[in-house]
Amino acid sequence: MSIKGQAYIMGAYEHPLRDAPDISTPQIHAESAKGALADAGLTKDDIDGYFCAGDAPGFGGMSMIDYMGLRNVRHMDSTETGGSSYILHVGHAAQAIAAGKCKVALITLAGRPRQQKFGGFGGGGRPGQLTDGPPEAGFENIYGGTTHNTYGMCAMRHMHEYGTTSEQLAWIKVAASHHAQWNEHAFLRDVVTVEDVLNSPMISDPLHRLDCCVVTDGGGALIVTSPEIAKSLNRPKVKIIGAGESPKGPMGGHDLDLTHSGALWSGPIAFEEAGVKPSDMKYASIYDSFTITVLMQLEDLGFCEKGQGGKFVADGNLISGVGKLPFNTDGGGLCNNHPTNRGGITKVIEAVRQLRGEAHPKVQVKNCDLAIAHGTGGSLGTRHGAATLIMERE
Amino acid sequence: MSDTKTAPEAQARKIPAPPVTIESKPFWDAATEGRFLIKRCNSCGKAHWYPRGLCPICFSDDTVWEESPGEGVIYTFSVMRRSPTGPYAIGYVTLNEGPAVLTNFVDCDFDQLAIGQKVKVKFQATENGPPAPVFSPV
Repeated sequence: MSIKGQAYIMGAYEHPLRDAPDISTPQIHAESAKGALADAGLTKDDIDGYFCAGDAPGFGGMSMIDYMGLRNVRHMDSTETGGSSYILHVGHAAQAIAAGKCKVALITLAGRPRQQKFGGFGGGGRPGQLTDGPPEAGFENIYGGTTHNTYGMCAMRHMHEYGTTSEQLAWIKVAASHHAQWNEHAFLRDVVTVEDVLNSPMISDPLHRLDCCVVTDGGGALIVTSPEIAKSLNRPKVKIIGAGESPKGPMGGHDLDLTHSGALWSGPIAFEEAGVKPSDMKYASIYDSFTITVLMQLEDLGFCEKGQGGKFVADGNLISGVGKLPFNTDGGGLCNNHPTNRGGITKVIEAVRQLRGEAHPKVQVKNCDLAIAHGTGGSLGTRHGAATLIMERE
Repeated sequence: MSDTKTAPEAQARKIPAPPVTIESKPFWDAATEGRFLIKRCNSCGKAHWYPRGLCPICFSDDTVWEESPGEGVIYTFSVMRRSPTGPYAIGYVTLNEGPAVLTNFVDCDFDQLAIGQKVKVKFQATENGPPAPVFSPV
């Protein structure tokens, strides 16, 4: 497949200002987007792909997607190559469109270097000085939000709406610990009980210490090849058959729902592309920054009905050889590894081990031919990016 | 839940100076006068939070500041128990105007906080910046 003739540039807009003391950088991004949409004869709800580089304030593309209220984004790219980024983005957008990953891609750039005389750009607040950083910073970052308490807010709301209990959340950690005991590299190898989790110190209500993942140094890497190269190599073949991605944020604070994650959108995209359904999965790598992360994502991916995650994970249902859905058989982020607080790559690595039949014999799933790896980055409690990957053994 | 009982006005954690942008400056200027502003869109009629120059609902650039009584209910919260400055409560308030606001709950017994509880805005001093909106049960 080539991009040749597969995509068109249909909107373009150059912001008229050359000296912009009176509007923020996010505003210039948004006004530029609005101009390009008007030029094309489209609206912001038509946008399903967003591309930006390092000039976009905040967290990858997530802050600007949330600022602009882009509700239908299913493809994101914040590749940074300096001033050439936006030319590169057109090429990436054409690839995404040719692959069916999006249909209307928005690329924005904005900045205010002439205003740097006022100081404080990108940093924290300085008395009497204006800044030009992430648009949400002044309204969110000052309240002491951490991963623990923003995920705690999600767990609190989930318990309120669905009656989910701390005991049910604890089963997720119990399952991870059952797997970690066989992993000689796992940071925590002791098998724990529901009581151990509930008796561990409260970190941020309702999450206990053992509801939280480990903090570890480390790393990982993956090699993805063409089918021809794969065929030439002497290793079991793990075929990528579906991928989905989605941002989620408060988007202006209407209909805030902290019991859902972006998996609600990234999951169906991936399953549809793969032509399989959640019940077909033999193994699941599910991002486990906290126990609540796993529970919400399992629901949103469709492994159980919304609100039934507590019942689904209880009584060892996630333990390999015991339950219906073996998950995180390396011990996951809860017990094994969460290198540099970014667990996505270890999720793919353990799924590859399972599909190759190279997981530890005590946790290897029999005939493991279909697996999912799903992750959330950022915070479920504010804004995050979700990614789903479906893989098949060939 | 926890043995960390907390008396009223217990938040010892200081709120850092909010980063103020040219876009958010009117909000923080009003906060200095004890007024709580939200933004409403003249095109679709909806209020949103945090305040933006362009409406995140309909993308109109016709958004205007509106003074709000800052009343609403707790959507969710979490009390941070592991903190070098002592426990503090973070959460979202659903304002009566519609949007949800991330904030701290202050001047209350953290162990008595509940989803659905009515709260009202007040302003708390920050470290060398304009005062920040926080909420207390009413």
